Amino acid sequence: MGLAKRVIPCLDVDAGRVVKGVRFVDIRDAGDPVEVACRYDQQGADEITFLDITASSDDRDTIVHVVEDVASEVFIPLTVGGGIRSLDDIRRMLIAGADKVSINTAAVYRPEFVGEASDHFGVQCIVVAIDAKRVAGGEQPRWEIFTRGGRTPTGIDAIAWGKRMADLGAGEILLTSMDRDGTRDGFDLALTRAVADAVPVPVIASGGVGSLEHLAEGIIDGHADAVLAASIFHFGEYTVVQAKHRMAEEGIEVRL
Amino acid sequence: MTKVAVVDFGTGNLRSVAKAIEHVSRNVCVVVTDDPDRVHAADHVVFPGQGAIGTCIRAIDQKGLRDALMEALHTKPFLGICLGLQALYSFSEEHEGTPCLGVLEGEVKHLTHVRENVQWPRDLKIPHMGWNTVRQNQPHPLWSSIASDARFYFVHSYCAVGENDSEVLGLTEYGGSFTSAAGRDNLFATQFHPEKSQRDGLTLLRNFVAWDGTG
Repeated sequence: MGLAKRVIPCLDVDAGRVVKGVRFVDIRDAGDPVEVACRYDQQGADEITFLDITASSDDRDTIVHVVEDVASEVFIPLTVGGGIRSLDDIRRMLIAGADKVSINTAAVYRPEFVGEASDHFGVQCIVVAIDAKRVAGGEQPRWEIFTRGGRTPTGIDAIAWGKRMADLGAGEILLTSMDRDGTRDGFDLALTRAVADAVPVPVIASGGVGSLEHLAEGIIDGHADAVLAASIFHFGEYTVVQAKHRMAEEGIEVRL
Repeated sequence: MTKVAVVDFGTGNLRSVAKAIEHVSRNVCVVVTDDPDRVHAADHVVFPGQGAIGTCIRAIDQKGLRDALMEALHTKPFLGICLGLQALYSFSEEHEGTPCLGVLEGEVKHLTHVRENVQWPRDLKIPHMGWNTVRQNQPHPLWSSIASDARFYFVHSYCAVGENDSEVLGLTEYGGSFTSAAGRDNLFATQFHPEKSQRDGLTLLRNFVAWDGTG
């Protein structure tokens, strides 16, 4: 018996509602975040991640209230990402009841921010989100960091970036394959394994889950410490309980 | 009403601890405070913590909380969480060595120092983050209705290795074995986060609120 591999449902929140886009477009409504989070908690989710995809700054406060409401009902770790750019943003989320924040674009623009954040709040609450896309050229596969919802290439190598973020004080890496996100074709296992084997901190695999088998693959073949999925849970296709039973059948240690 | 003081030394997610305690009992009044008088006045004291041990120990002195904490540690039901467990030992390796409160026997070490020959990082990601099992080493009122080997949520890079077996209440494996729950008399402390450990964590908090501080 040892540390369990985690299953993390992800709630994309836009203006106070859970939504799910396919490749960042075609957004479908999936319910009230508090209700959805409570349902996943009851099903045995190991953590819950909220991604605030609200574009307008007027709606930015909404996510704080969502976190407050969920944290009063759900007693498992909560992570919030999206629009985290300053120490004040982090403080607000932690005070609202988040346990971790996920930093993405702000880390690309100013990597030192990750160090400042972990010095201030501790590595345990700083997750760095990496959106990576496979790029052409060379014999070995290569992945690059993209920002702004996968639209803007940065030229930064994903594996080197993961190592640098861990060095600077990221306590965990949330790794999303932009090629797979929303496709339901499964994780980019080569990417996941390359990053998971290169960094000393836990890696959460994300992007592309369409079946329970994909979750198991992320752990066994991708060497991930946790798997994150959204749509397969949101529309009642599978429960977290089913996901964990399937993973346990594959010999993966899970919390049942 | 049981008055519970959650000691605030400026780090960590204290709202969750307070909310979780309120969630498990209607008969409590929870205050999150850095005021030594309110710690003195409380019936039960919770000492949570995240982040770095040096910051935690410094904050205890800067806020003038040491006397109130030491009094609580010897007189009333006291629950340390995460850094609140590590701070009870005499010494931590963190920050090239940090003297701590010295209430429990043993030291706090980096997880990689608990056992030799672990393949790092592949076999031992740090922080130790997620749900791990806690083997109950001693019976205790706070374990009531919780199975030995139940899973709790951990997130930490340093861990305690208790030297006095009677003070080791729970053990967890990660690379090597470490003290995941400790205590004696009126004192109980966990490396894991009961406030983030769903049903079993809430049970532990409910047991704590109901506890009179005796074995």
